[in-house]
Amino acid sequence: MNALFSMSRKDVITFVLFAAVVLLMPIWLQPFGAAYPDLMQKFAIFGILAIGFNVLFGLTGYLSFGHAAFLGVGSYTAVWTFKLFSMNPIPALILAVVISGIFALAIGFVSLRRSGIYFSILTLAFAQMSYNLAYSVLTPITNGETGLQLTLDDPRIVDSAFGGVNDGSLPVSNLFGLVDMSGISGFYFCAVFLIIGFFITQRIFASPFGMMLRAIKSNQTRMNYTGFNTRPYTLTAFVISGMFAGLAGGLMAVTDPLAGAERMQWTASGEIVLMTILGGVGTLIGPVVGAWLIKYFENIFSSFNESVLHNLFSFLPDNVESFVVSVTSMFVGEGWHLTLGLIFVLVVTFLPGGMMEGFRRIGSLFNRDGGDKAKPDEPAPAPAPAE
Amino acid sequence: MTTEKDNIVLHVADVHKTFGGLHALSDIDLQIEEGKTHAIIGPNGAGKSTLLNVVVGRLAPTRGAVVFDGQVLTGKQPHEINQVGVARVFQTPEIFPDLTVIQNVMAPAFARRDGSFTLNFFKSIDDETEIREEAEHMLEDVGMTASKDMLAGSLSRGDKRRMELAMCLIQHPRLLLLDEPTAGMSRHDTNTTIDLLKKIKERGMTKVIIEHDMHVVFSLADKISVLAGGRIIAEGTPEEVRNNPKVQEAYLGGAH
Amino acid sequence: MDAIFLQFLNGLDKGGAYALIALGLTLVFGTLGVVNFAHGALFMLGAFCAVTVRKILTLEMIATDPEKVTAWGTPLEIRTPYVEAWFGDFGSFMVDYSVPFSILLAIPVMLVIGIVMERGLIKHFYRRPHAEQILVTFGLAIVLQEIIKHYFGANPIPQPMPSVVGGAADIGAAMGMDPNVIVYPWWRLIYFAFSVVVIGAVFAFLQFTTFGMVVRAGMADRETVGLIGIDIDKRFTAMFGLAAVVAGMAGVMYTPLLPPDYHLGMDFLVLSFVVVVVGGMGSLPGAVAAGFLLGILQSLASMTEIKAIIPGIDQIIIYLVAVIILLVRPRGLLGRRGVMES
Repeated sequence: MNALFSMSRKDVITFVLFAAVVLLMPIWLQPFGAAYPDLMQKFAIFGILAIGFNVLFGLTGYLSFGHAAFLGVGSYTAVWTFKLFSMNPIPALILAVVISGIFALAIGFVSLRRSGIYFSILTLAFAQMSYNLAYSVLTPITNGETGLQLTLDDPRIVDSAFGGVNDGSLPVSNLFGLVDMSGISGFYFCAVFLIIGFFITQRIFASPFGMMLRAIKSNQTRMNYTGFNTRPYTLTAFVISGMFAGLAGGLMAVTDPLAGAERMQWTASGEIVLMTILGGVGTLIGPVVGAWLIKYFENIFSSFNESVLHNLFSFLPDNVESFVVSVTSMFVGEGWHLTLGLIFVLVVTFLPGGMMEGFRRIGSLFNRDGGDKAKPDEPAPAPAPAE
Repeated sequence: MTTEKDNIVLHVADVHKTFGGLHALSDIDLQIEEGKTHAIIGPNGAGKSTLLNVVVGRLAPTRGAVVFDGQVLTGKQPHEINQVGVARVFQTPEIFPDLTVIQNVMAPAFARRDGSFTLNFFKSIDDETEIREEAEHMLEDVGMTASKDMLAGSLSRGDKRRMELAMCLIQHPRLLLLDEPTAGMSRHDTNTTIDLLKKIKERGMTKVIIEHDMHVVFSLADKISVLAGGRIIAEGTPEEVRNNPKVQEAYLGGAH
Repeated sequence: MDAIFLQFLNGLDKGGAYALIALGLTLVFGTLGVVNFAHGALFMLGAFCAVTVRKILTLEMIATDPEKVTAWGTPLEIRTPYVEAWFGDFGSFMVDYSVPFSILLAIPVMLVIGIVMERGLIKHFYRRPHAEQILVTFGLAIVLQEIIKHYFGANPIPQPMPSVVGGAADIGAAMGMDPNVIVYPWWRLIYFAFSVVVIGAVFAFLQFTTFGMVVRAGMADRETVGLIGIDIDKRFTAMFGLAAVVAGMAGVMYTPLLPPDYHLGMDFLVLSFVVVVVGGMGSLPGAVAAGFLLGILQSLASMTEIKAIIPGIDQIIIYLVAVIILLVRPRGLLGRRGVMES
């Protein structure tokens, strides 16, 4: 209640701009050829994932290499809720967030006893255990390699009690029978959660709690001698970010009701880290930008194939063309991950602060006077829609 | 040794500390009176830092206990020890380099007001006007108002120390431990720091100072304990210590 | 009892691979202070050295035999590897022994790759936070594995072992037990022996050469060694090359046991990191001991009797052990104090 009013002017402007940018995606993404619902759903979902991860890594500096596990738990929970109770996304999401939160509490409680690389390895170990178990003994719950799917004979207690008709086709998730969770309405549904998630992180960043997390990253020893018990702080951050991941996993299931173990693999965790780094660790907007950029380029690059390349370079002389095509084909289509890896190496090497640091550097080139005063705690300005 | 039980705020009772077979501290018995400034001096390797680390919970004593205001500190976590009213300034400043100066000073104020952990993520830090004002006053006291929005990591070493002192003072601790508060400072900065510490003394805060610089020790201390080879070899007022032949032999004679 | 002994043996070769990778990881960490997430990729690159050598050796010359025709009436094609056509029996011997031969290629190749990696990228990260080291080497690992995927495809490529050792050894009989109870594939035995020899060689190298002494001193206290005026950096570069060679050789020899594919490195990397942490970050003997220990534990856990008691234990045993060790003995089995904390 009070919270909204206590926001600084700048925060309000950032929030309103962010909400506008997200909600107007179907319009401003048109010229980029990215304004179709499936992709925009991904933008929203991975945005949530990245800002949640940033609450942990960006603020406390604890690098979790097992966040994909929470994503997977969220997806499985949501699909099971669909199967057992109702196709309504709200209970599915609530359960997804709660269960992944409990999961995060357990894993975080153990992992946070160590810091540095030991913490990373512990989270990695837990995620790999979840992944391996999902593929083997937990098959009754996860359906193993096939992945968990809806079937016609699912009980769906609540839906059938309310006279849901079984018309012989698989149901689609819908909000109280009013709005289907596929296509553009599915995007708006996810977008609302992204905006809520953004609001929550914005509050955390501006709160004393957020400052304590940053202080933990800066100097844990001083925190202890200053009278803070750091463990509950890091654990809270871990659980919050696990819940964000669970929400993202739940939304994946809402827009497309199936869940597979590959969502929990550690390379998936790596991708989350990558988005956050690319955009800018510890900044408010950065991780979202990183998630959008990666999902956007993944979409473009992986759709390229040799014939598209031949068309693209057809203006070149023939032998030059085939050479250029053979080189570029390494980086597109199936080779998208190679491009991703290269971007990653380059960003970490030359721009550890990510895109947001890049923008700041460019910005400070233009106004020399103001540019030198680095204020790390200030949320960077909202990106122009067309970055 | 006099035992004025009433106004003893910190009692280091019969503390031993061994590392492997090495006796770092033996038979240490220290009583610190409320409101006094107690200096611990001694040559390098005498065990001064070990003693301080035992008091703040960084090291567990092999034997003996540390009692602060009737509570046994031994076995407590550093944050618990801070919460009962013991603050510490480190030999090399321990600060939050990635936060601004004002935030560095605000953080300890939160610890004092809200305890070791609070979930307060829906209140904005901008609404904490009381704590901000207090921090600003504190910075004024240590003469750092001008740099309050700078990143703490970019401060000079002397400024970092002064800021760390402010971080401790804002908690109004009952006991302040200072580990060589003027080491590496210029003569001018040292004098400023002495003045500052004298000012705190007037407020009645108990202080334990570990110091090399005799100028600092003799201008601040009410009482001095001399540590050598892990034992207390002398104790008394600055005058008594200065005239103690054992001390001159073990320490002053050697150093000057 | 026999079954347990057999599983114990089964754990040795896998343990050998873990130990070899963990050894390299520890060398790099101990000397350069770098957490190298691309180390698994080096193991994978080694494996693909073997694939490449075999590809080259089995390049075939196609001749047609005019006398004979196939069922479709086309002339019968006779395919012979060039090496066989040129060198006769020696050629077929080379094809048969392609995996051990590959080591000759793998050593210089991996050395160059290692040195290029260290000079080109890793050295810029010595003074950067561990998180950034993890991230940049993780990116590098992706790049390397995707390049391999581009050239060799996504499917595993089986590599045969030399036919002489294709069978299994009847160890039980050799030890005076009933024959055919404890039979064990020769190649697994060879892999175990190979890993012991390589590990022994690395230790001897570090123990008895001046180079090794400097490196060990550098691991203990880098600054002092630097002060004595020894150019430690050059030696550390060589150390990185050595770690790459060890990982590469381990990869070459492992190919008959597990057909390599492009993400082989990632699979082994995660496990090897766990091994390093269990052994104690920065401790060479710890890495080796933990490698074998975890290999054997994993093997024992996959016995049906044990799986019947705790389902799924074989899938998680290594991670479980790691979690327990990290919580109970934070510095690992043989780790030094304070390495990498915070």
